[in-house]
Amino acid sequence: MESIWEYRYLLLDGTIVTVQLAVGSLILSVVLGLAGASAKLARNPISNRFASAYTTLVRGVPDLVLMMLLFYGGQQIVNDLGTVTGWWDYLEINQFIAGIGSIGFVFGAYMTETFRGAILAIPRGQIEAGISCGMTNLTIFLRITWPQMVRHALPSFTNNWLVLIKATALVSVIGLHDVVWNASTAGRSVREPFTFMFAVLLIYLALTAISDIGLRWLDRRYSAGVRSA
Amino acid sequence: MANTSERTFWDYLADVSENHSPIDFVLIADHLDKFLYGTLVTLEITVLSLLIGGVLAIPLAIARAQRQRGLNGAILSFTYFFRGTPLLVQTYLFYYGLAQFEFIRESFLWAPILSKAWWCALIAFTLNTAAYTTEFLRGAIENTPRGEIEAARACGMSRLTLLWRIILPSAFRRALPAYSNEVIFMLHSSVVLSTITIQDILGVGRWLNGRYYLAYEGFITAMIFYMILVFIISRGFRWWENRWLAHLRPRPLLSTQ
Repeated sequence: MESIWEYRYLLLDGTIVTVQLAVGSLILSVVLGLAGASAKLARNPISNRFASAYTTLVRGVPDLVLMMLLFYGGQQIVNDLGTVTGWWDYLEINQFIAGIGSIGFVFGAYMTETFRGAILAIPRGQIEAGISCGMTNLTIFLRITWPQMVRHALPSFTNNWLVLIKATALVSVIGLHDVVWNASTAGRSVREPFTFMFAVLLIYLALTAISDIGLRWLDRRYSAGVRSA
Repeated sequence: MANTSERTFWDYLADVSENHSPIDFVLIADHLDKFLYGTLVTLEITVLSLLIGGVLAIPLAIARAQRQRGLNGAILSFTYFFRGTPLLVQTYLFYYGLAQFEFIRESFLWAPILSKAWWCALIAFTLNTAAYTTEFLRGAIENTPRGEIEAARACGMSRLTLLWRIILPSAFRRALPAYSNEVIFMLHSSVVLSTITIQDILGVGRWLNGRYYLAYEGFITAMIFYMILVFIISRGFRWWENRWLAHLRPRPLLSTQ
């Protein structure tokens, strides 16, 4: 216990990195998810094909494999591109970018399914009503689709977020100094690996509990005006 | 210079690898046996942990669904803990963590089991999948239609018969789609093995890249292997669902002739 207190700032720093990584990946995954959902719902066979290839790929491949491919292989591609075009000498993909990129990419596919289901749950008549009132596509999205989509998507979104937080632990494998990395380093140096790993588990539980509170607030906000059974 | 029509496939592959492609196919082909062995390692731990975890989950789910006093809270904290934390850290906890305690290091279990990466991974994976399976199986048990249970009671079934004949068979059926997700999820999570020195599929890929100083080959091959496995698993579950959930399929429309 004393050793945890001694290393509290290291753990805190790691936790901040983990949270930043999770939030960054969440933003990327929401953007990709919205794009993927609109590609799947569009009446365009090519975009449909691309979106299903994307979700199938992600369902088939573990996140750590994609992460390593992006971190090591992406580095190679960036450098080769720079050499061929002459636009840059050497750009480094750091672990943070690779982590956000791969986790965001993976969860973008899950978000695609979430948002697609949520948009399909909105009665078609409401959108037609919007069109007949002369709303533009953007107004329809902002006034009709988005507010209801959020409500329908929230349960599955919550689930994705909770899985995403846990997925961030994998970045420690490619060497990002997140909470898992910092704790295992500290645990090794004071020869108390169990204590430190257990502390990490508790930190993850705390993060989950905090986000639970936040998401419940969001749910109340977006479900205002809906009768619950 | 050999005529193109006389070239074998291997010559062609070697030529492509050397001159035209950033990926060295010959190297991958040469190490295919290692990848197949890695597949066995991945499948071994995944299947074993799913089996043991699944068997553990059944009584836990029943106890949760029936709100057994005392047990319910304990099981809930177990599942909450294992579902709320990353599998990577759970595995680290067992593999690196246990050595901290002297009484474990001196126990008879230490040398054969608890100091071995394979066993630690198996324990962590089993507890993890048991926690997830318990929760969705509990949901499936709680969703048993009330009428079925009442009918069984009216027939004079004992509690055990009721459980064995009515509740569990229908709960397993309802849990099947969720279980297919859990199996794929466990296969994906098994990459954690490569972080504790076990040569699973990803482990072989990392080894290959490290040995020849490559960026793509090992990871891309691993990716393809995982995709094939997931494809086979989801096909298998679709077949299984067709068999078990046949009565729930939408009926074909009667032709109006």
